[in-house]
Amino acid sequence: MAAESGKIDPMHQFQVEPLFGQDWTVAGHSIAFTNSSLWMLITLVAVWLFMLGGMKRELVPGRWQAAVEGVTGFISNMMETNVGPAGRKFVPYVFSLFMFILFANMLGLLPVGIIPGVHPFTVTSHLTITAVLAIVSFGIVLAVGFAKHGLHFFSLFVPHGAPWWMLPILIPVEFVSFMVRPFSLALRLFVAMTAGHILLKVLAGFVINGLNAEAFWVAPVVSLPSLILMIGISALELLVAAIQAYVFALLTSLYLNDAINLH
Amino acid sequence: MPQIAQISEIFASQLFWLTISFGLIFFVVGLGMVPKIQGTVDARDARIAADLATAASARETADRLEAEHRAALDKSRSEAAAVAAEAKAAAAQATETRVKAADAAAGTRIEDAMRRIAEARLSAEAEVEAVAADAAAAMVARVAGLTVDEDAARAAVKQELVRG
Repeated sequence: MAAESGKIDPMHQFQVEPLFGQDWTVAGHSIAFTNSSLWMLITLVAVWLFMLGGMKRELVPGRWQAAVEGVTGFISNMMETNVGPAGRKFVPYVFSLFMFILFANMLGLLPVGIIPGVHPFTVTSHLTITAVLAIVSFGIVLAVGFAKHGLHFFSLFVPHGAPWWMLPILIPVEFVSFMVRPFSLALRLFVAMTAGHILLKVLAGFVINGLNAEAFWVAPVVSLPSLILMIGISALELLVAAIQAYVFALLTSLYLNDAINLH
Repeated sequence: MPQIAQISEIFASQLFWLTISFGLIFFVVGLGMVPKIQGTVDARDARIAADLATAASARETADRLEAEHRAALDKSRSEAAAVAAEAKAAAAQATETRVKAADAAAGTRIEDAMRRIAEARLSAEAEVEAVAADAAAAMVARVAGLTVDEDAARAAVKQELVRG
């Protein structure tokens, strides 16, 4: 972490570095295997291993199976309440989204940095990733909306019971609020993850610089409170990791509800 | 900010590997595993619902059987009471007839005895008359030397006996 000069760069953790395959290209674009790719694959394997525990399919579930069934039941209940019976079709997609974001967020918080040379990487702290996920969700919403309602889907921009003379004002507002959805989806997750990690890294820098300080009183006054704050904020970050995954899935389900049932 | 500074450089790689990893999660986990797990949950819910229904119907049957049993018990109890009352009435009637018969038998015997007593008294009275008449005739013959004929003596005795 740029410790050469005693400086700690809180942004360094977001650096994407190619691990191998720098010369791999598809249609002229590099698809090098980076630390980001590695953590995506770790996320994939972790999700798959977790779900494997639910595949015993016993009548009386064990703890692991009950946990897996709890998560699937959580997502399918959410779709049921927000979208209705038609929402069941979208459970696989929303579930994948939720699990991918949740596991990526959680794995990025693993304290594997204590092993020299190993750095955790939070996939969802990258705008490219969150933007692609948001665009995919938004694209599904548009596709479902136009496939189900055709051009009638535009009535989404007409609020219920609004007087006709308000429509010239309301329709642009509704249109903007609709079009801003993918940005709000992508930016919310990206900002929440980035900000939390920067905060933790800044506090970690306080701890380390305080311990390295020449004046003996700096360590207890600076490092100890920073460490205590880090512990609390780490717990908070775990909560944020889960909440951001939930919010992404919840908003996707609400947008799908708009597309399926209009409003 | 590396996320923005690197964006043009890493975008293709990010997209490629995201497609692979998220695609695999979607196809393997989302489409492959989730429906099976949901199926297990649904099957368990259905099984529980069926078990509960079975239990409810079994309880209903038990309640019904108990009610039937209780009704049968009540019925047989009342029947037994009726039979007992009947038997008591019959026994009372039989006793009454037998008492009546015994009464009647005793009555006839008493009547018999009374009649025999009356007969005995009559015959005793007649004998007393005859003896008295004989004695009167004998006394008259001894005292007055008269021979009184038997009928006169008897009439006289009768007259005296009646007078007391």
